[in-house]
Amino acid sequence: MRAHHDLGGLPAGPIDLTEHAKAPWEKRTHALLWLLTRRGIMTVDELRRGIESLGAAEYDRLGYYERWITSITHTLLQKGVLTTDELGRKLAEVEGREARPS
Amino acid sequence: MNPPFFAGDRVTVRRASPPGHVRTPFYVRGQTGVVERVLDAFANPEELAYGRSGLPRVRLYRVRFRQLDLWPDYQGQPGDTVDVEIFQHWLEPAREEVK
Amino acid sequence: MSHDHDHAQPHRHPPQPDEEDTTPPEYRRLETAVRELLLEKGLFTADEMRQVLERFDSQTPAIGARVVARAWVDPAYRTRLLADGSAAVAELGIDMEEVKLLVVENTPQVHNLIVCTLCSCYPRPVLGLPPDWYKSRAYRSRAVREPRSLLREFGTVIPDGVAVRVHDSSADMRYLVLPMRPTGTEEMGEAELAELVTRDSMIGVSLPRRLQTAKG
Repeated sequence: MRAHHDLGGLPAGPIDLTEHAKAPWEKRTHALLWLLTRRGIMTVDELRRGIESLGAAEYDRLGYYERWITSITHTLLQKGVLTTDELGRKLAEVEGREARPS
Repeated sequence: MNPPFFAGDRVTVRRASPPGHVRTPFYVRGQTGVVERVLDAFANPEELAYGRSGLPRVRLYRVRFRQLDLWPDYQGQPGDTVDVEIFQHWLEPAREEVK
Repeated sequence: MSHDHDHAQPHRHPPQPDEEDTTPPEYRRLETAVRELLLEKGLFTADEMRQVLERFDSQTPAIGARVVARAWVDPAYRTRLLADGSAAVAELGIDMEEVKLLVVENTPQVHNLIVCTLCSCYPRPVLGLPPDWYKSRAYRSRAVREPRSLLREFGTVIPDGVAVRVHDSSADMRYLVLPMRPTGTEEMGEAELAELVTRDSMIGVSLPRRLQTAKG
């Protein structure tokens, strides 16, 4: 059975030639992956496997770097580099900062 | 494990679909092509994907497939091809085709 | 036998500005949260992150264009480039990092096209980050199956007498197309030649810019 991300040869529509400038968070996600691989914390293969494991619906729904940051996060959780608890607390802190007018 | 291949050898890609991280695209599985060039050996991505070393390194090949062989309804020219990088353990010597 | 490549350019939308980023905030916040936690744990520093971002910004198609222009003016360099892409670009100070560069040349008989059907592998050190369409479902699906019709959508028509050779970047190699040098450029220097080399011509979806010559 063909894996969901394995697209070569499937029927598809016209190419959308629109190009979006990469948002700062997207470039930072790419830089994050680069730093993590250089530090030997994870590999690009683990990144890819994490993306491929998202499941068909998520794979289709998420944008390119959304898949990346999701895969990176799951991989770091799996390796114990981050814990769910500290991630949850940090996310609440980040959301709190954004809610307060500066 | 098959012996190493050389440029010009006809090879057939194993027809298998294991779960896990595989870098042999689905559209070439079971297909026969020609080794276009022998590349270096690399750590096995199927193992690296699970946090393992991927060693010993596995020989990588570029295999050239004719488009007319890959797609029954190919709308192009007979000389059109696709070159794909495929690891040693996914390749076998080409089976003799019975016409 | 002469052949005319159709140079009609499709209408392209200009890049959208950052402030129109429509990503749901949860992923942007996730990046912030992960980055801040890793900084707090000392896995890397903010300076190191900045340096990586600066390096990415410095990696653009202009680098690949220099490589192509050098190959156009120096036949010995072209031979080395085709034999070992990583070693040849290293001569120009370009570091391919952990991947291997394989350069494929267009000829009057062969037109090359690059794709990564499994994800989006791309030669970042010589071309920068890939355009959205390169990573799209439509490109990844169709490039290996119907390259000629895909090329027509980019305004590129490859004549019947020219073979289309697609390269699927499925493992550790990364690819750069060495386009054919446009005619009438014999008097041009390397820097001028590099300006004719577009990102898209090094991916293989189009051809280099033509030299503009006055008629008559």
